[in-house]
Amino acid sequence: MKKDLISITDYTKEEYLRIMELAADFEKNPNQDLLKGKVVASLFFEPSTRTRLSFETAISRLGGRIIGFADVGSSSVTKGETLHDTIKMVSNYADLIVMRHPLEGAARYAAEISAVPVINAGDGANQHPTQTLLDMYSILKTQGTLDNLNIFMVGDLKYGRTVHSLLMAMSEFQNPIFNFIAPDELLLPEEYKMHLREKGIRYFEHREFTDIISAADIIYMTRVQKERFADPIEYEKVKNVYILRGKMLENTKSNVRILHPLPRVNEIHTDVDKNEKAYYFEQALNGIFTREAIIAYTLNLK
Amino acid sequence: MEEIIKKKLKVSAIRNGTVIDHIPARNLFKVITILGLDKIENQITFGTNLESEKLGSKAIIKVSDKYFEDDEINKIALIAPHAKLNIIHDYVVTEKKVVEIPSQIQGIVRCVNPKCITNNESITTKFTVVSKASLAMKCHYCEKITDQEHLHIL
Repeated sequence: MKKDLISITDYTKEEYLRIMELAADFEKNPNQDLLKGKVVASLFFEPSTRTRLSFETAISRLGGRIIGFADVGSSSVTKGETLHDTIKMVSNYADLIVMRHPLEGAARYAAEISAVPVINAGDGANQHPTQTLLDMYSILKTQGTLDNLNIFMVGDLKYGRTVHSLLMAMSEFQNPIFNFIAPDELLLPEEYKMHLREKGIRYFEHREFTDIISAADIIYMTRVQKERFADPIEYEKVKNVYILRGKMLENTKSNVRILHPLPRVNEIHTDVDKNEKAYYFEQALNGIFTREAIIAYTLNLK
Repeated sequence: MEEIIKKKLKVSAIRNGTVIDHIPARNLFKVITILGLDKIENQITFGTNLESEKLGSKAIIKVSDKYFEDDEINKIALIAPHAKLNIIHDYVVTEKKVVEIPSQIQGIVRCVNPKCITNNESITTKFTVVSKASLAMKCHYCEKITDQEHLHIL
């Protein structure tokens, strides 16, 4: 059976750990010719330069060839071709499909059609599992463990898919504590809180972004986007509340690290960048190793 | 006894087969489609816009020489949750059944999420029922929840 990666929950805890192990191996030795003679389709039905470059770098470092498109403008989709037909055709050409699509569920559907494995590089607001795995790898690298961590999530917890997926994945590990900091309009959806309660995991919700972060091992920042607010006045009220500034880190633990899926706008002040607790740029680099690991695992090359 | 006589007058009895009663009148034809009754050769009689204390206006279907598997009949639970089945052998009701919401639902309901791929390309919808008490179905594709309030039958 082919191993697609569509949602973070497609993997078991053992598979998370296997990816972590492989990512560490690729970090030591990023250039490995495992994809020699193989063709990987990189299908970006909506532009995402950061994710695409990360994937294409990972494929290149594995010695694979890339076919595909960076946005629909340069594909047959503009001629009205269905996703079904595009995937059917490409899965005859390539050994693996990496795809990003603006519609939710598109990757799951593609995986059903495709004869070769599909890796979801983001389907609308639904899932972006490779981001979650690179977040986990960053946590493991900086904390030395995925157990017993106090994880603070800040900003848009309602629509932030990276937050939801990371929460689901980390809830598989031992004894996590979650602290959620968000405005009323962007609170974590009830279904995720229910999931934590069912698993007996402690969590706390806060409106204020204050020195409560002194207990954190990980601070996961997200963007508060203007278009999420029905009322622009509400956005104006909160837009400057959920900003992390350098001096807020003074009383935090020495092991704490700041993560952000990037791109950031203003939610992390640039004066945090030179702080040793800032980790978001290294986090992006970890994405290469993690994606190499996911590709190798998906194609049974490791 | 009086009620039974009235019913018999409205839709004639069958010798062998299944009677599906207490279908909301407005969903009669959807039930027919879902069960594929428009594609079989059996004798079928139905009555609709019959008075019902519970439903206001109900429909009843009698299918001769046909007995449904639970999986098959449970497909109508979303649109006829109070449906009652009488299994008839030689004019006698030998078994009564109620419908139950199945754990998987295919192709009957539209996903609530306008950005779901199933609402944008010709795909059969698929849901996992995560709650039956207050209906909640998780889309197999976009993973969003469709509830009773947003239920839209295709």
